Amino acid sequence: MFSSSPFNPVSPQEQVISHLFIVMLIILTGIFVLVAWLVTYNCIRYRHRKGAPLPPQRTGLKWLEIVWTALPVLLLAVIFVLTVRAMHHSDPDTPQRTPDIVLIGHQWWWEVRYPHAGVTTANEIHLPVGQAQLVEFRSADVIHDFWVPQLGRKMDMIPGHPNRMWLDVTQTGTYLGVCDEFCGAQHAWMRLRVLAQPPDHFRNWLRQQQTVPAQPTGNMAEQGRHIYQQYTCGNCHAIRGTPQNQVQVAPDLTHVASRETLGAGVLNNSPQNLAKWMRNPQAIKPACYMPDFHLNGQQVQELVAYLETLR
Amino acid sequence: MSDIVIPRGLVAEPPAPPSTRRGLWRWLTTVDHKDIGILYLWASLIFFVAGGIEALLIRWQLAVPNNHLLSPEAYNQIFTMHGTTMIFLVANPALFGLANYIVPLMIGAGDMAFPRLNALSVWLVYFGGFILYYSFLSGGAPDAGWFAYTPLSEISYNIGNGVNYWDFGLLLMGMSSVLTSINLIATIITMRTPGLSIRRLPLFAWMVLVDSFLVIMALPALNASLVMLLVDRYLHGGFFNPALGGSAVLWQHYFWSFGHPEVYIVILPAFGVYSEVIPVFSRKPIFGYEFVALSSVAIAVLSFAVWAHHMFAVGMGHSLDAVFAFGSMLIAVPTGVKIFNWIATMWQGSIRFTTAMCWAIAFIVTFTIGGLSGVAFAVVPIDWQTTDTYFVVAHFHYVLVGGTVFGIFAAIYYWFPKITGRMLSERLGMWNFWTFVIGFHLTFFIQHFLGLMGMPRRVYTYPNLPWWGAFNMISTIGALVTLVSVLIFVWNLYVSARHGAIAGDNPWDGWTLEWATSSPPPPENFHRIPPVRSRRPLWDLAHPEDPDWAREGAV
Repeated sequence: MFSSSPFNPVSPQEQVISHLFIVMLIILTGIFVLVAWLVTYNCIRYRHRKGAPLPPQRTGLKWLEIVWTALPVLLLAVIFVLTVRAMHHSDPDTPQRTPDIVLIGHQWWWEVRYPHAGVTTANEIHLPVGQAQLVEFRSADVIHDFWVPQLGRKMDMIPGHPNRMWLDVTQTGTYLGVCDEFCGAQHAWMRLRVLAQPPDHFRNWLRQQQTVPAQPTGNMAEQGRHIYQQYTCGNCHAIRGTPQNQVQVAPDLTHVASRETLGAGVLNNSPQNLAKWMRNPQAIKPACYMPDFHLNGQQVQELVAYLETLR
Repeated sequence: MSDIVIPRGLVAEPPAPPSTRRGLWRWLTTVDHKDIGILYLWASLIFFVAGGIEALLIRWQLAVPNNHLLSPEAYNQIFTMHGTTMIFLVANPALFGLANYIVPLMIGAGDMAFPRLNALSVWLVYFGGFILYYSFLSGGAPDAGWFAYTPLSEISYNIGNGVNYWDFGLLLMGMSSVLTSINLIATIITMRTPGLSIRRLPLFAWMVLVDSFLVIMALPALNASLVMLLVDRYLHGGFFNPALGGSAVLWQHYFWSFGHPEVYIVILPAFGVYSEVIPVFSRKPIFGYEFVALSSVAIAVLSFAVWAHHMFAVGMGHSLDAVFAFGSMLIAVPTGVKIFNWIATMWQGSIRFTTAMCWAIAFIVTFTIGGLSGVAFAVVPIDWQTTDTYFVVAHFHYVLVGGTVFGIFAAIYYWFPKITGRMLSERLGMWNFWTFVIGFHLTFFIQHFLGLMGMPRRVYTYPNLPWWGAFNMISTIGALVTLVSVLIFVWNLYVSARHGAIAGDNPWDGWTLEWATSSPPPPENFHRIPPVRSRRPLWDLAHPEDPDWAREGAV
């Protein structure tokens, strides 16, 4: 139930938050039980009974007021100290150097850049386990929010206001995340995956992403590449090794076939689903910015054949 | 000059003649605070039905994963309208309506200080609501959420007219709230009957007074930012548009510097209701009157120092986060003081479980859950996880429904006999109460878990992750139970207004002045006002052997 929740931390930062959360839940539950018990006790003990005399008309007790003002103040003082300590441990200071990863929110997908390697991908972040990564958060349009519960705090992605934080994952695995600031029609399908890999796997992945895909071979794929040009897909999407290798309006497709999902999580990535998407993206992710190109079945198959070469 | 007679209290306009008109024309032209109070309550009920239908559509859509019942555009309009409606067209008018009807009676006044201004205020609410809902007919309702974050609400990302209607509608309602509050402050300060000093003011009137100050200080922040957004949208201004050198975050500061006080604006009058209902049905005076009253002032002051706790995820820096965390924790103290005083009022009492009292008791327990999860949000790292998730949806429904809506129900069961002259059915009332409380907790408690499992708020659908479908289905079933409850409530209003038992002047054996006049009160409110020598003038009348003023003298 709580497998991908804040209570299943995979980073030292989230460990701190999870621990504080549990401490707070215990304190708050204790207070609730006290209040609920007092109310229940009063309701049973002091319910109206037929013929009972009027109760004493007591109007207050000063020392009691002082007690239930002072005790919460003391408790909150303790909680405040715990809070400030946890803030620093769960969100350590960030340096002013080039970030390891730049995450850019778009309506409704994630652009992931690795500035050192010159790699750009989309909707999934690959990370080396055990090596803290400095991440910068930006937005290309409206406010988005990066939230992967198991990794730590969430961070807004605000146009004109870049934010930074550390991602320090200590366990290999795939962690689900999502945009957590309402960002328009398809906010629901702006989902994200973080793939934490052993460092050597991560290096291999990065090297693979740096390569320029080979020219497609085979009739279908070549036809697909032709359709890609003809339908001006490159006005929005970039593929390195083609003339349109810089645009950043829509996800970079250089290695699209190597990704796990399509449409920022709306479909699992498979040739069948890619064909489904291509036939009419508006049927799958209504109001997304990719129009329905009214491709026929043949064209769809050829495009899929081409895109599947981009591994 | 010498022939000008200044009447007692502040009456800037000539006193309005009692209305002799009947039917629709009477309601359109009335300046009687009781009629206006009823008009407010009607507005609240009408929009409660609209906002409730929107809530049901939301729950219907989310009942199962990957649902395609509503398009994402339609869903976003519906949740935006649900939030806007419930805050501005249900909570505000219900509380202003109760204040309008009850406060002048409680303080022994003949009407509000400015009767015509009062009429203007209520019609501005109707007009604002009409403009907001007209957006559905004009090509699309607003769809940027009830707090309309920029730049999503800017023309570059929102080209429809919905946000414009939202903006104009809210401006009208915002003006209305400010005008009503000025009116209430003037009324409470200048028109109290002799003997009713500020230290004897009934707590409902006390909270309405504090609330009104809160409104006239908080609403201008909203009104100003609404105008700035209009400048951005119509005149290509750039206040909130980073592309033109503005700041996207600025809107959040402006909006929440209104928005968080607004939370207290809709809760303080409800606190006032509980502070009347709990003593009357415990047959004891309120415990710690001064502390209940002054803690409201503390809440009002602190409510201006907490707004940025809505923005901990923005990346404001730890120092600023800590300052607002401190304020947000502090505000729990006066709120806790109130809770403990209400519990102490019940202590050693003789509790009558009328429907009104049941709402008040359910409030203490339910609101405590919402208040405590609120403290969790002040713990910044917890907020970094839970903000904008279903955990926060659960939290604010516990506060706003468990606090404000339960309070409105309590108030209606308590004062309906005064307003109509007939009792609401207690049998239907109990059905209404239990179905609502069960439906409410069924809907919202489980949403805490959904949030902790990673479900963001404001999503039109969600993937079929483990347990998500089942938990959402339970929440939807809860909403359907609540629907049944609301139908019972409306039926109760309808039947009881026609056939309910005759109430008499003082069916609950209450102690404040509104119970000293007939039910419903005559146009001039009172034929004769009993002497006020303590906080409970009607107790003093009924118990000459043990009057409160003797006790007060001792204190």
